[in-house]
Amino acid sequence: MNVVNNKWIGQRTIRPDGVDKVTGRAAFAADTAMPGMIWGKVLRSPHPHARIRSIDTSKAEALPGVKAVVTSRDVVDFPLDKSVMLGIQDMRWMCRNVMARDKALFPGHPVAAVAATTEAIAAKACELIEVDYEVLPFSIEIEDAIEPDAPILHEFNTFQGKPSNIVGTLEHKKGDIEDGFKQADVIIERSFTTRPVHQGYIEPHACLISVAADGKTTIWSSSQGQFMVRAMTAYLTGIPQSDIRAIPAEIGGGFGGKTIVYLEPLATLLAKKSGRPVKMVMTREEVMRATGPTSGSKSTVKIGAKKDGTIVAAQGTFYLQAGALPGSPIRGAAGCSFAPYDIANVLSVGYDVCSNRSKVAAYRAPGAPIGAYAVECVLDELAEALKMDPLEFRLKNAAKQGTKAAHGPVFPRIGYIETLEAAKNSAHYSAPLRRLQGRGVASGFWFNAGGESSAQVNITEDGNVVVTTGHPDIGGSRAGIANICAELLGIDYRRVSVIIGDTQTVGFSNLTGGSRVLFASAMVVTQATEKVINTLRERAAKIWEIDPEAVKWENGAAHPASPNAGQFEPLTLEDLADKAPMQGGPIGAGVQLNTQGAEGGFGTHICDVEVDIELGIARVIRYTAVQDVGRAVHPGYVEGQLQGGVAQGIGWALNEEYIYRSDGKVDNPGFLDYRMPVCSDLPMIDTILVEVPNPKHPQGVKGVGEVPLVPVMAAVANAIYRAVGKRFYALPMSPPKVLAGLEPPVQQAAE
Amino acid sequence: MAKLHVTTTVNGEPLEFLCEPYETMLDALRNQLALTGSKEGCASGDCGACSITLDDRLVCSCLMLAAEAEGHEIRTIEGMARGGRLHPLQEKFLEQAALQCGICTSGMLVASEALLRKNPNPSEEEVRFWLAGNLCRCTGYDKIVRAVLETAEEIREAAQ
Amino acid sequence: MTDIRYVAPQTLDEAVGAYAAAGSAARILAGGTDLLVQMRSGAVKPGLIVDIKKIRELTAVEELSGGGFRIGAAVPGAVLAEHPRFRQTWPGVLEAVNLIGSTQVQGRASAGGNLCNASPAGDSVPAMIAAGAVVTVQGPEGRRELKVEDVPAAPGRTNLKPGEILVSFTLPPRPPGSADAYLRMIPRTEMDIAVVGCGVSLTLKDGVCAHARVGLGAVAPTALLVEPAAQALIGSRLDDAALNAAANACRAACRPIDDKRGTIAYRTQIAGVLLKRTANIAAERAQGK
Repeated sequence: MNVVNNKWIGQRTIRPDGVDKVTGRAAFAADTAMPGMIWGKVLRSPHPHARIRSIDTSKAEALPGVKAVVTSRDVVDFPLDKSVMLGIQDMRWMCRNVMARDKALFPGHPVAAVAATTEAIAAKACELIEVDYEVLPFSIEIEDAIEPDAPILHEFNTFQGKPSNIVGTLEHKKGDIEDGFKQADVIIERSFTTRPVHQGYIEPHACLISVAADGKTTIWSSSQGQFMVRAMTAYLTGIPQSDIRAIPAEIGGGFGGKTIVYLEPLATLLAKKSGRPVKMVMTREEVMRATGPTSGSKSTVKIGAKKDGTIVAAQGTFYLQAGALPGSPIRGAAGCSFAPYDIANVLSVGYDVCSNRSKVAAYRAPGAPIGAYAVECVLDELAEALKMDPLEFRLKNAAKQGTKAAHGPVFPRIGYIETLEAAKNSAHYSAPLRRLQGRGVASGFWFNAGGESSAQVNITEDGNVVVTTGHPDIGGSRAGIANICAELLGIDYRRVSVIIGDTQTVGFSNLTGGSRVLFASAMVVTQATEKVINTLRERAAKIWEIDPEAVKWENGAAHPASPNAGQFEPLTLEDLADKAPMQGGPIGAGVQLNTQGAEGGFGTHICDVEVDIELGIARVIRYTAVQDVGRAVHPGYVEGQLQGGVAQGIGWALNEEYIYRSDGKVDNPGFLDYRMPVCSDLPMIDTILVEVPNPKHPQGVKGVGEVPLVPVMAAVANAIYRAVGKRFYALPMSPPKVLAGLEPPVQQAAE
Repeated sequence: MAKLHVTTTVNGEPLEFLCEPYETMLDALRNQLALTGSKEGCASGDCGACSITLDDRLVCSCLMLAAEAEGHEIRTIEGMARGGRLHPLQEKFLEQAALQCGICTSGMLVASEALLRKNPNPSEEEVRFWLAGNLCRCTGYDKIVRAVLETAEEIREAAQ
Repeated sequence: MTDIRYVAPQTLDEAVGAYAAAGSAARILAGGTDLLVQMRSGAVKPGLIVDIKKIRELTAVEELSGGGFRIGAAVPGAVLAEHPRFRQTWPGVLEAVNLIGSTQVQGRASAGGNLCNASPAGDSVPAMIAAGAVVTVQGPEGRRELKVEDVPAAPGRTNLKPGEILVSFTLPPRPPGSADAYLRMIPRTEMDIAVVGCGVSLTLKDGVCAHARVGLGAVAPTALLVEPAAQALIGSRLDDAALNAAANACRAACRPIDDKRGTIAYRTQIAGVLLKRTANIAAERAQGK
């Protein structure tokens, strides 16, 4: 028996890694050095599409100071005819993404890598590599890539019997869509475009890798999964996983963008060839040109409703840009967009389209914000056409326990309706607005993930606790884990040290992604801690010579469960740790699970904007994010997830975009012109945490990290419409576009 | 090619180092002086993760040559906690969960400390514009701005 | 970047000597906020870096007899902002200089560097043009003066002769009823390069505009002095008709490009909007509001 009094769960404790991070002590990917370390650099294709006829590295190799050069010949090949999946990534594409093989597919695509004694020499050596390119025609935008005569990136791929850049499709179907629209009194159909946007983590990709003469490899890098790094590096270099120790550095932001590797296989090959530790650090420009943004998109959404507000049919078609290699997040776009609603007839189709830009990587609820932007804007128009309040309209159609979603599952107890009601009842929703201000709302859904996790909970000899888990902590998850472990053990949370283990010291743990980390870690840590508590009770029972069932664990000590069990002084964690050597040895437990029961998450957002109609500038002046978070184990970091997601969404809505030059190169590969929100661009971001506990989780946890990006662009777009009476169907709603949309009649009307 | 000899003061301690003429202060701090608390997010002055003070004035160390440190005083995040005691801003950032990944945190703290030295009673707007050169992609800035405002208030109260 | 030298001379003569001797590969380092970015990107590979910040004349802010100001070319924006009286006399010049980059950049970036970088979008340039500022340059053949508007030649290029170093800006004395203002359009609230920048300096006598100068940035290969816009304001009470005429004169002066920061149509339209807003702010300041 373990008596829990909820002393720490729900508290804003100090995170275990906090002091390191406010003093500069925390070691991120680029912060370490090794004796004898040399520097690696990547030579990248200047062309968006080119056949590589030959690569001559001899001059580079002859340059004094150069220690190794690698090309695609050194990377393990995965033939095109056989898929080898690792999570959501196919190694066929990964091997071609880390290093171009027969063709360079985007400007920035690696074609060779060099290691030399200094960065300057490595850069000089890259200039000396001679690549013979046959330059090919290219396409960047979806509409160009799906033209019948478009240049084909992957000749082996066919769609409807012909070579095509459409490399994948997905369809979710429920009911009869034709029949559904026949029942509708009002139907609205609109088309939308979004631009590729980057995750925008501030820490560029970096790694430091050494390979011993016997092949034993140490990788120090920041990623959203040290096990992913190990597995991909093993696949691409041929080194067995047992020889690769991937140590997770502190990670300076990922948002999905660090769920794949770029540098690690190359640095490993360079280290192996040179016999020296190799450090590689991307420049910001390399990050922007060659690492994953999320897709640009073209969507068409059609929704029909009856006069009473009942949605009877919904159809969505979502084309997403995969970049150079297949794998755009059509599942998120097609699967999540209609999920908040109980709709009888749904057809949602996604198309994965390759074009000559960098391969997309996951970005916070991949695909879902793209779909939600289209759907939630159409819903706003429908509500208006039906003369209904947009939140009431959503309430009328909200998914709830028992609703079957078009993407498959039947929802258990969910908290979507609660988010709508909390939004409706918020002070924000009824606050007055001034001229040229407008208020928009939107909702969003994300699947959330469970999956494999491992944890080890050890009691130290002095009676404190070390918890080791296997997920890089990207936003405070260690604080949540400490709260849970301290809660279960009934001790001060400061006595729990939470460590992220490397691949050779903790069991396999899947990526930090899918909003899964606290959900899954809490499960394995809870089970491991409960095992430890059982051991502690057994030890006390042995000392007291009573039955373990007669011992209860409470407030950090073993107590007799009742007076009947006998009269004994409590044995604290320290007492039992002290006696452990004589009582059966060290106290600790490990648990490994494929966690299940991660239920989807829902959020509803309210956004106020003010528009300068002479300059076309829309500014967000007030924002409230409401979300069903299950249980906020550490409210500070839960709120932080909501606030951060909103900030990214505001950037996506208003200014962020990849801009291409006519030669196919990115024209804004830096923070200056990519224009992420800065501190003065944003208001305070209010949050309302709705807690409908997840019944399948010991603490009721639901994933919270991704949902908050999903509704934002639609909330902003709907707010701009309410401010100026003009709807915008393309992101970003940047000043030149907004001004162009506000022709003088619109400007006058708005005044 | 001769390296330059630089005599300077970093976090109150006099020290000397050798640098290339083109080397930035950020690279010298990180690669030669092992002060890796200052981060490189962009190397173009757009993210502020490398913020330091030069003679008490806030600058980006990526936009300064190491050679320019000659005869001047540099302070970095590593010098912010004194004698093992955290600065009130550091304490407040922890209490308020004003950091998530932590990569911008060094720069945010150095910049915030420079603000409060210059203006002990900033408005929210003043905090936001002062910190506009410090990008954070995790927090949406909300908790950072609150932490700075609350620290300022506490410092003012303590001074009374 | 291997054969590079760095010098930090104590006198202007030494600096000019070193700079002229090194020829076209030399670069002047003031705040370095453009130079270091250009070096990092590989756009500039200097053989010699001449750090001018140890030269007193280039780092001083002086008040001249008669009420003018002389600002050393390497004075950082943050230092100018701390001058006890400059802000009252030239609020528009100061706000323009202080819009160059972040707080961190302000600790280093100077109006001299902003002018010599010769970006059409430099924030301080239109304000300095509107202010009627004159620069002093010194080279191997001695000193000379140029109007600010005559310094930029093309994007990235100035009319300074080989070996010439920008020494200082001289701003004229202000008659009573004078004020200036600078506004720029950027998509965000900070950290962007101006899509359009507009500086207005004017003098009001009994509510009538007696003197005006208008500078426009980011709408042509160089920052512009827009005399027709000034003429439209002079003699008026800055009524709507005068402001509209001045705005149209600004739009007519625009020769912008389409690029990642804005379109031709947008820039042209905005130039007029900013003129009106900037002139109104300057007028309010001139009236002591």
